Amino acid sequence: MQKTLKNLLSAPLSAKFGMVIIFIYLVIAIFAPLIAPYGEREILGKAYELMSSEHLLGTDNLGRDMLSRLIYGARNTIGIALITTALAFFVGSLAGMIAAALGGWIDQLLSRIVDIFMSIPSLIFALLILSIVGTAMPYLIGTIVIIDSTRVFRVARATAMNVAAMDYVEVARLRGEKLTWILRKEILPNIAAPLLAEFGLRFCFVFLFISALSFLGLGIQPPTADWGSMVRDNATLISYNDITPLIPAAAIALLTVAVNFVVDWMLHKSSGLKDVN
Amino acid sequence: MLIDDINNSSSDPSPLLQMKGLRIEGLSDKGWQEIVCGIDLKLNRGEILGLIGESGAGKSTIGLAAMGFAKDGCRIVDGEIDFDGIELRKAPEWQKRKLRGTRISYVAQSAAAAFNPAHRLINQFTEGPIEHDLLSEAKAKEKGRALYRSLDLPDPDHIGERWPHQVSGGQIQRMMVAMSMSCEPDLIIFDEPTTALDVTTQIEVLKTIKEIVIDRNVAAIYITHDLAVVAQLADHLMVLRYGNLIEVNSTGQILKSPKQEYTQNLLDARIRNEKTTAQIPNPKTLLNVESVTAGYGKGPDILQDVSILVEKGRTVAVVGESGSGKSTLARVLTGLLPPRFGNIHFDGESLPDKLKLRTKQQLQKIQMISQLPDTALNPRQRVRDIIGRPLSFYLGLKGKEKEQRINDLLRQIELPQDYIDRLPSELSGGEKQRICIARALAAEPELIICDEVTSALDSIVAKAILNLLQRLQNELGVTYLFISHDLDTVANIADQVVVLYAGRVAEQGSKTAVFQPPFHPYTRLLLSSVPEMRQGWLEETLSTQEAKAGIAREVKITEQGCPFAERCPISIEDVCVGSRPPLQTTTSGHIYACQHSKEVLLRESQH
Repeated sequence: MQKTLKNLLSAPLSAKFGMVIIFIYLVIAIFAPLIAPYGEREILGKAYELMSSEHLLGTDNLGRDMLSRLIYGARNTIGIALITTALAFFVGSLAGMIAAALGGWIDQLLSRIVDIFMSIPSLIFALLILSIVGTAMPYLIGTIVIIDSTRVFRVARATAMNVAAMDYVEVARLRGEKLTWILRKEILPNIAAPLLAEFGLRFCFVFLFISALSFLGLGIQPPTADWGSMVRDNATLISYNDITPLIPAAAIALLTVAVNFVVDWMLHKSSGLKDVN
Repeated sequence: MLIDDINNSSSDPSPLLQMKGLRIEGLSDKGWQEIVCGIDLKLNRGEILGLIGESGAGKSTIGLAAMGFAKDGCRIVDGEIDFDGIELRKAPEWQKRKLRGTRISYVAQSAAAAFNPAHRLINQFTEGPIEHDLLSEAKAKEKGRALYRSLDLPDPDHIGERWPHQVSGGQIQRMMVAMSMSCEPDLIIFDEPTTALDVTTQIEVLKTIKEIVIDRNVAAIYITHDLAVVAQLADHLMVLRYGNLIEVNSTGQILKSPKQEYTQNLLDARIRNEKTTAQIPNPKTLLNVESVTAGYGKGPDILQDVSILVEKGRTVAVVGESGSGKSTLARVLTGLLPPRFGNIHFDGESLPDKLKLRTKQQLQKIQMISQLPDTALNPRQRVRDIIGRPLSFYLGLKGKEKEQRINDLLRQIELPQDYIDRLPSELSGGEKQRICIARALAAEPELIICDEVTSALDSIVAKAILNLLQRLQNELGVTYLFISHDLDTVANIADQVVVLYAGRVAEQGSKTAVFQPPFHPYTRLLLSSVPEMRQGWLEETLSTQEAKAGIAREVKITEQGCPFAERCPISIEDVCVGSRPPLQTTTSGHIYACQHSKEVLLRESQH
């Protein structure tokens, strides 16, 4: 525990900044009902009201409080993106490591399946699936997990292949270790660094992907607040020199930057690179 | 060159390279630390200086500093580096660039890694002269071919057109030496150019270096940890340790009367300390390999009809050059490569071919230690986990009991108890190999397969590892199958020797039977290729019939006849190439495969 704390304190400024931002986002997401001045779906006044002491960020196209929706949006958008990315990583890296560790026809089978998925443009694939099965949350998450896990599979398989060729993995095999041990103890810790970097990147892509789907009407369904659809709903205001639609966009951008700062630092630490000043 | 030759008289007052009070720092976890601590060095034209010491002595760092260069994470903090009147520390980058390649060149340890695999060899040869505007492309290529010819490379007119992967390990190292001469430099720095090579290949490269350096009167710095090798070439030797100068003197003086204890240790590390085989009352067969034939995929048979008998508590060494099938044998025994034909019996019962079919007890009884301790330890696991895993996996030890056993094992491999929490990156090469030994021992095995366990280590460290293995055998009665290409190592540890050539057993028997006349011609070639700790050995060896017949050849697997025939100085025309050599027995247990009778081989061995 003390060691973790010491580690955190020794982090560079950019990583500390990232961690603070992520922490604030998390607090907002978890305590959204306590922080938000109004309800997520409450219609409070006219559409597109300007910023005022009553509505700090004005109201949206249906007269709902922007600030409250932004705060609830954190909960929905981050929550879904996080669950989706985590699931995609679980599926993708597990399959990738199994393919690398076992090789042979299992590797061929998994890799070819992934090739087929990757040959279909991801947005079109998602639209296809979602228009068949509907846009309920589990389906949305499931679809993105399938698409993203193929990308994770490629990274995991490539890095795990290098590790699987190492003598220590052979030693474990000769010892008679089971596949789960080899994956969990011998391979995973050694490919954690590139996977972590990929996680940061993927998380942002998932974020944008959900927003894109919402924009097309197949993502998070109204009246649930999410940042992607908030941009779309208020997009017309841009023509009137109003920055309101940019605020949810900025919220997305800030979190993306913060996550990448932290991931960069973790990557740097775990790769054992040293600063040469 | 001509002018240099004239200048190169012993009365020449100004040395070619001079370093004074050189200090170099390297970056570690604890910040900048001194890795070269005030070294003075002087090298005259046409002289060879040997830099010798174990890893971490700062040899390579000094070698690079002679070009005014420091690697990333290193910096030259103090001292003078004077190359032919040019102060390299103050010289601007463009001037140093001009010197490098034209007047100073560098030969790296691994030529295979130093050549660009995407360019033909001759084009890499000509890069220097063309880049520095010394020669036209046609002239440079012509020069390359002439140099290849003078170095006895096969097919000198066309070998340059090949890609780096199309020539053998020894050849590529010689191509690298040739490349270092492309601009006719005044100084060549050789950084361990033969360390990764077989003894026979090493001779071939040493010969090339000697021709280049001595016959063309170039000055050289030769970096190595092998005293016997550098003794063949160097005029002077500098012994280094931890960045400090231990001793500097002429080669003859260092070999004859070293002044420092450390130098004496280096000399001793090479002395053969032959193990005497103790009598075991009722020898019991532990491992019986019966005419095993094996190969990869649809490829040829890498092992052909190999039979080996290993007695309990003994050490059987398998020797041969690269390509002889030693490591393939290890893979067959461990079950990684099921043989095509033949059986393996272990401890009286038949051992299943495939790893998956073997029981946990069978796996436990055969453990393996591999060549490269760096890749054999998981960098994310601490010593506690590495040694602890076999304890919990095979023996079901937990908690205190396991901790106690790990500590016992650490004591047995002579490492302090507080190493238990270290990561592999916090250990030296020798310490890592000790951890590998402890991991093998933790399983309480009956047989340990040691695959080239000392070849990646410095001579002193290697010797300590061998002593440790021997002590463990005396204490625990464990059996070793010891795979090595180094006959000195084998002489130190083996009871029985199996000489493999191109996947076939050339000779096998007790160590005394194999290493004493009558020799199998291949054993003789191997024995005569081991460098001896005296000057003049290289010339003597090169003049023997073995050298002329077959040192500079690769191991080739043949479908018929004796695979060694084309390298053999006493091969019988038509007979050896056409038919398989018969197995002959001299004394009990000593078998060799040759057309010649015992008497003929004995007579030949007297030469």
